[in-house]
Amino acid sequence: MIPLFAAAAQNANAPFLTAENVAFAIIASIMVFSAVRLVTTANVVHAAFYLVSVLAGAAAQFILLGAEFVAITQVIVYIGAIVVLFLFGIMLTKAPMSGEEKPSRDNWIVGAITGLILLTLLGYVLIDGFGRDRLPGDRLPTSTGALSDAIFSSYLIPFEVISVLLLAALIGAIVIARRD
Amino acid sequence: MFLNEFLLLAAVLFCIGVYGVISRRNGVLVLMSIELILNAVNINLVAFSAMTGAISGQVFALFVIAVAAAEVGVGLAIVLAIFRLYRSVDLDDVDIMKG
Repeated sequence: MIPLFAAAAQNANAPFLTAENVAFAIIASIMVFSAVRLVTTANVVHAAFYLVSVLAGAAAQFILLGAEFVAITQVIVYIGAIVVLFLFGIMLTKAPMSGEEKPSRDNWIVGAITGLILLTLLGYVLIDGFGRDRLPGDRLPTSTGALSDAIFSSYLIPFEVISVLLLAALIGAIVIARRD
Repeated sequence: MFLNEFLLLAAVLFCIGVYGVISRRNGVLVLMSIELILNAVNINLVAFSAMTGAISGQVFALFVIAVAAAEVGVGLAIVLAIFRLYRSVDLDDVDIMKG
């Protein structure tokens, strides 16, 4: 993030500490903190609630970007359905609730190195490629009507494929998890 | 706002998710880390949609959410099957295919 602030200081004609930037910074720091705790905490139920925090933060960022319908869908599907599924998975598998067991595998250092290398590469490429690009300041929220027009005209076939995929996943999940 | 604010946030979340997938032992937590990765992708899609004004980014974000729901359903079913077989969701115990 530091090169970003440096770039912002160079373009001093546009103020950086606007309301939406402050809101972004607060939500982003909550999201990153929760994500880090999610992958390090020993308590799986706490991990599910950190996941809720990350997902709610993402919904807030979507609203900041003017994508209302995606934000609402994020809350309904992710926080409403997927997190509940996760809680059921935790309950049904009797995972250790307290932290007496090691939460991480012995080779966690390999994961940390992989993540850091990926972050360095991604950060370099993003700052190099999009360093000065600004979101249009006069952007309007996308109306849900325009979104539904797009889904049911140009993206009708992918939409139907997704429906069939959901049906297949439903049947597959029942077949795999069934006790017989 | 800079476009890069959102892209870097998504990159950070993606890398944390990759770390979680590699290093967690509990199968349910590995699935949660995959959700982090998919969310990072969604933030990227919506940010580019706001950048260009094209609506297709948001449509694909919705598709990614649907695919994530399907993936979690099947993934948790697999974790349940593993639990029934091994009495544990520790992924280190699942080594039946190890040569």
